[in-house]
Parts: sequence; structure tokens; C-alpha cells
Amino acid sequence: MTYALVVEQALNGLQLGVTLFLMAAGLTLVFGVMGLINLAHGSLYMVGAFVCAWVAGATGSFWIGLLAGMAAAAAAGALIEIGVMRRLYARDHLDQVLATFALILVFAEGTRMIFGAQPLWLDMPAALSGSVTLPGGAPYPVYRLAIIGTGIAVAVGLYLLISRTRLGMRIRAGESDREMIGALGIDIRTLYTVVFALGAALAGLAGALVGALESVQIGMGEPVLILAFVVIVIGGIGSVKGALIGSVLVGVVDTMGRIGLPELFKLAMPASAATQFGASVASMAIYLLMAAILVVKPRGLFPVHG
Amino acid sequence: MAEAAARIGRPSREAVANAVLALALLAAPLIALQAGEPYYVNLSTRVAILAMAGVGLNLALGYGGMVSFGHAAFFGLGGYVAGIAAHHAFNYDLFMAWPVELEGTNQLLAIWPVALLVSGLAALLIGAFSLRTAGVQFIMITLAFAQMIYYFAISFPDYGGEDGLPIYTRNALPGLNTFDPLTFFLVAYGALMLAIGFTWVIMGARFGAALQAARMNETRLATTGIAPYPVKLTAFVLSGMITGLAGALFADLNGFVDPSMLSWHRSGEIMIFVILGGVGRLFGPVAGAALFVLMELFIGQWTEHWMLVLGLVLLTVVLFASGGLMGLLAGKPRHD
Repeated sequence: MTYALVVEQALNGLQLGVTLFLMAAGLTLVFGVMGLINLAHGSLYMVGAFVCAWVAGATGSFWIGLLAGMAAAAAAGALIEIGVMRRLYARDHLDQVLATFALILVFAEGTRMIFGAQPLWLDMPAALSGSVTLPGGAPYPVYRLAIIGTGIAVAVGLYLLISRTRLGMRIRAGESDREMIGALGIDIRTLYTVVFALGAALAGLAGALVGALESVQIGMGEPVLILAFVVIVIGGIGSVKGALIGSVLVGVVDTMGRIGLPELFKLAMPASAATQFGASVASMAIYLLMAAILVVKPRGLFPVHG
Repeated sequence: MAEAAARIGRPSREAVANAVLALALLAAPLIALQAGEPYYVNLSTRVAILAMAGVGLNLALGYGGMVSFGHAAFFGLGGYVAGIAAHHAFNYDLFMAWPVELEGTNQLLAIWPVALLVSGLAALLIGAFSLRTAGVQFIMITLAFAQMIYYFAISFPDYGGEDGLPIYTRNALPGLNTFDPLTFFLVAYGALMLAIGFTWVIMGARFGAALQAARMNETRLATTGIAPYPVKLTAFVLSGMITGLAGALFADLNGFVDPSMLSWHRSGEIMIFVILGGVGRLFGPVAGAALFVLMELFIGQWTEHWMLVLGLVLLTVVLFASGGLMGLLAGKPRHD
């Protein structure tokens, strides 16, 4: 295992981490403000990727596609908030799980009807398709670095939005006391729709960005959604800071585990068995991390009060 | 306990609905054979097995209030026990050579206890961690642990990885021909009725009362001197074991086992059986699984996009018709 490989994989881990953050931030905001668990968040990721790929294919511009993907995800988010989610805020989590699971089925089949069963392809923009040389000598794609940069920019932007703006103040107020901010004359229904659409736009952004790395297909949001769940359980449900730290932790542990564990097992067993067994254990690494963290902190690293 | 006793005491609308469901499921394959439609025998077996998986989840979700989104883990593990045992029996090789020599087997009387043991142990481990939390975290954690097992099954090549394992010849019971569809249906039906009977017995006992109390108010249960955690963990383990046994039967019905048995869609489906049928109702999962399989069959013939219809039906049931099918058939439950 060379130094160059470690640097490369660490960056890949960071890239996975920021992608997860874009998903987890929306999930955790929606849970923190509205108390809603939204399984259909992965569908919004898929909507972002499909619309981005389709618009980019039609216009020839990745950037227009990216904007269209985010806008479509935000619109789909606002639509399901108004049509479905609104009726679920007062219900128990079981109803929320089932209704949003039903939405996954509707989104998946709806996408299949509109775009067909074949995956779509999304080319990354020419300006970002080159590579740079890492310390250690390995080439690394600029596009992945751009994703990392975007994730960091979104994290900073979210921090400023929540801590410095009037909307952020309302979001924080909504997290701590729903009735009170309603009583103070703030239109809480609009606030909920805005928060939901914001989370959806971030999911759409993540989907569109990843769509250029992997194929754009039905069900692409589900593995990411489940990783995002692991992230917010680790970080503390409702905490955006926890989502950020949890994302990077999960991204790096998952990626480094996949190269590190087989090497580790080679110290104790034959190489081929170590590779196979190491890969199997590595696929479970983040879940074991989650279990370990829950033993110490059952409510996650940054538990939200209330 | 009083309310459970009351339900046992006089034949309520629910008892009548239960009896009708039990007889209808038993009659379906017999009528199908008479009508020369053997396909529907296996379909009835499928309903019985899926209903049994739901009966397992209902114990945790309906009676215990533990919303597990990871029951596919137990369903799939039960299936893999049947598949792995048959795989080694077919190849005449050893499952393990150390510390004891273990061969494969095709005897269901050996496979079922192992399936119960494996799914029970998995439920004990998953439950022990997950029950440290509650509410939405519990949902996500059970989902995450099930995914962990799913990804392990996909990445571990010895037992077929992503492709799964075939069971070339259906596992056997002494004195019975399990290849005969009707015989296998009766085996599955018997297992389902045992699982329902078991649920009925323990829910009528002190344990059941404690479990219901743990769902309604843990603090109150604790003040009566009963710690909620062991009660809930026990129920979760029993729940996982019932679903695990259903998984073993399902693998034998299909003649193969693959990671899709462990996937979160499967967890969602098992949950749908319980919800469509009616949460916390003894025969709810039977009604739910029957409705699910019938919808899959008839809507599937009519359009390839049957999942879209399922999604819309489910959405409607959740938003506007809580109580499920048993709520329609037998009215509101008498408690809470």
C-alpha cells in the first residue's frame, strides 16, 4: 500500500463524505424542524440526477442540467411536502415510514415510465474532466475535487444560512418550539415547505454531481439514502454539525476500510483469502462503526436537545 | 391482560373474521386443485409463508411498538440456512471442519431449528444494540443492520454472492413428500397457524400484558417493577425467529435463496403486510399478505407498472384508512 494510494483513497473517502453530507443535511433538517422521517429523500436524489442528465443531453450544457436537476428536485420536494408530508407531521413514525416508502415506489415506477428502464449517461463538464497530480505522484480527477469543493461550500453556506439569516433564525426557532413561532405570526406552513424544498435541492445537487461519475439509474438513491441514515444516526438526528462530521467519518471509514482491511488480514492469512474476507468485512465496517458509537453515545455524537 | 382475556372469552367480530381468513386460506389450494389450476396452490403457499413473516414482525411492531425496518435480515438469514444446508448436502462437503465437523443436510427437521437459532441470535444482537434507542433512530438502525447483512451476503462469494444459491431438490421431511405442492402448502399453513397460536398464547399471558404496557408507557411499566428492556428484547428475538422460519420455508418454496431476500425492499414488504392487514391484529398479516399477493397477481397482469399502483394504494391506506383490512372486517380493536 503506497503513500500515493492512501492519499488518493483518502480523497475518494472525502468525496463520498461530502456527497453523503448533501443528502444527510436535508434529512436531518427535515427531521429536526418537522419531526419527519423521509425515506423518499433518495428519490429526490434520483430526480436530480435524471433531470440533470436529460437536460444536459438536450442542451449540451452540464451546468444548465445541474441547475435544472436542483430545481426539479426542489419542485418535487415542495410538491410532495404540500401533497403528502403535510398530513404526516402529526402522525407517528410508522405512518411516515410507510407513506414515504410508498412514495419511493411511485417515484421509481414513475421515473421508469418517463425515462425508460435503461440507465442514462451524464458526461462531466469539459472544464472539469482533466486530472491533477497528487503529492506522491498519482493523477487525480479534477471533477472529484470539484465535488469536494462544492460540498465544503454548501456546508459553509448552510452554516451561514442557519446562524446568520432570518430564515435560519426561523428554522432554529422551528426546531426548538413549533407552537411558539406560529404564535409569533410566522407562517409555519410556508416555512416547512421552504425547508423541505431546500433539503430536496441539496439531494438533487448530490444526485446530479454523482450522476456524472456513475450511471443514472432507477434505485440509485437507495444505497446513498441508507448511508445517509447511518450518518445522521452517528451524528445525532437533527444536528447539521453532526451530519457533517458523521458524513466525513462514514465516507473515509468506508473507503479506507475497503483498501485497508484486506491488507490488514494479509498479516494473518493467505493473500487470496485475506482479499476476499477483508472485502466482506469492509462492506460492514461503517455499520460496526455505528454500533460502536451507539454503545458509547446512544443518541449520536451531537445529540439535539428536546 | 383483561382485554386479551375478553377477546378470547366471547366470539367477537374479529374472531369470526379470523376464522373466515384461516378457512379461506386453507380452502384456496383445495379449490384450485379441483378447478385444475395447480399454479394457485403455490400461490397460496406463498401467501401462508409471507403471512408468517408478517406474524413475526407483528409481534415486535404491532404488539411491542418496535418499528423494525430490518426484518428482511431474519427472513433472509432463515432462507440462507436452508440454502447453505442444502448446498453442502448436495455437494457432499463440510460446512465447517473445526471445532466440530458439520455436514450439510436436506432434513427440514434439522434445518428449521438451525434457522430459528441463527435468526434468533441475529435478532438478539441487532435488538440489543437497537433497543438502546427508540423512535426514529430505532427504525434507521434496524434498517442499517439489515443492510449490513445484505452487503455481506453480496460481497461474500462462497455462497453465491449476488447470484445467490440454488436449492436443487426441495428439503425433506420424514414420511412426507415435500415436492407435492399441496403437502408443502399444508406444511407452510401448519407453521403459520403455529406461529399465530404462539402469538395468541404469549399475548394472553403476563408477558404479553407487559409487552403491550411497554408499548403504551415504558415509565409506567417500570414503576410496576418490570424492566421494559428485557421484555422488548425477548419479544424482538421471538419476532425475528418467526420471520426467520418463514424465510427458511420461502427459500424451499422458491428453490433458491439470494440477497434480495435480505434487501430493504423486502423489509418494507413485510411491513406492508402488517399495515395493510391491521397493526397488532392476530390475523392482520394473513389478510395483508393475501391482499398483497392478489394485488401483485391481478394488477401485475394488467400493467407492468404494478409497483406504482401498490405505492398509491399504500399511500391512500396510510393517509386515509388507518386500521387496515382487519379494521374494515372486524371494526376497531378494543384497546388503546
